[in-house]
Amino acid sequence: MSDKIEITLTVNGVDHRVRVEPRKTLVDVIRDDCGQTGTHIGCEHGVCGACTILLDGEPVRSCLMFAVQAQGLQIRTVEGLQNGETLHPMQQAFMSHHALQCGFCTPGFLMLAVGVLEKRPDIGDEELLEVLSSNLCRCTGYQNIIKAVRSVAADMRAAR
Amino acid sequence: MKPAKFSYHAPGSVDDAVALLGQLASEDGRILAGGQSLVPTMAFRVAQPGHLIDINGIPSLGTISVAKDRVRIGACVRHAAFEGKTAIPGPTGALLGKVVRNIAHYPIRVRGTFCGSLAHADPSSEWCCTVAALDGQMIARSPRGERVIDATNYFQGVMSTALEADEMLTAVELPLLPADTRCGFQEFSRRPGDFAIAMVLATYRLENGRIADPRIAVGGAEVAPRRIAEAEAALAGQPAEPAAFARAAQAASEAIEPMEDNFNTAAYRRALVMTLAQRALEKAR
Repeated sequence: MSDKIEITLTVNGVDHRVRVEPRKTLVDVIRDDCGQTGTHIGCEHGVCGACTILLDGEPVRSCLMFAVQAQGLQIRTVEGLQNGETLHPMQQAFMSHHALQCGFCTPGFLMLAVGVLEKRPDIGDEELLEVLSSNLCRCTGYQNIIKAVRSVAADMRAAR
Repeated sequence: MKPAKFSYHAPGSVDDAVALLGQLASEDGRILAGGQSLVPTMAFRVAQPGHLIDINGIPSLGTISVAKDRVRIGACVRHAAFEGKTAIPGPTGALLGKVVRNIAHYPIRVRGTFCGSLAHADPSSEWCCTVAALDGQMIARSPRGERVIDATNYFQGVMSTALEADEMLTAVELPLLPADTRCGFQEFSRRPGDFAIAMVLATYRLENGRIADPRIAVGGAEVAPRRIAEAEAALAGQPAEPAAFARAAQAASEAIEPMEDNFNTAAYRRALVMTLAQRALEKAR
């Protein structure tokens, strides 16, 4: 029985040809094999959301998928947010509103918030809070994360 | 926290998936759909399947189809497909749209599937409670053929169903409720997105101001979800008023055999079911 399968993963628009065991989760392959360590591993069983990435534009837990399942899909991670030296508006808002302390949960929160607002810029405030409850943060008490995401949502609506 | 070794199969059709499961069931071959329950149990190594048959690449399984009085939900339809505007008309569509918001968190709903939840049959699954309430039907296929399993025969206990090891749940069918059906759903969990400690789904119609066709299903409290005949009997023919709701809620809480765990006693779940039934009925009004 051959242990490894050759797959191509597209991370932030770049193809990575890697050989992995089927049991290797997507987050492990993104970090170990594709070298993109911005995505963090927290609980490894889908509870904390630290490993949230965008898969074809939708936020998903990358610890709850096997990498072999992600072939042909567009993977976006925190490394893909900034444009050259310019931070993504969500990253800037997290800085401006002090929405991070230790920063461990931040990549997951950024991808969650970016993914949801890209799809649904008009999301209601109650639903936005519900979405942000998906991920765990042990430092901030969430209030500054909420402020940051609300400010980006307001800017997006004003810009239209 | 790393899953044990398995062989990976990605069939392109339902026929191929069923044939593979038929061959591999004896080596603990399993279907992988959304993976939002299976993968965590594999991470803990509670499950160590020898083979995973990934059905995500079978396009025909991703569709919801509406016939005249039924809706058919394919094996790869995600929870999130029931949020917002859907193709499912009438009270059934509205009910599914209400219930779905109680399932885990948005990123889980993006991947997890309706049928996967039914196959996993966690007692606190919102979809299992919904299928029990509406008398849904499970479509199961194996190399021996296809069969239809009624909800009353399907749920057999905690994470235990009538599905055989070599049977794949290819779809679930739900009835389209009459247009004047009123629906209410209420669950309780300690934090939003957690597994519910108990839930109640209630539906009924009014005929001449009296309750007709009542359905009250309880999930999360017992080993498996089911309709509670005693509570429905207490509602039928009554006016849709708090006193009748209270009697039905009392009947539901007395009729169940609640589970106990480290955090919740049977008496607590019984009390919770009474409150949730009352609230579900009031929401339906």
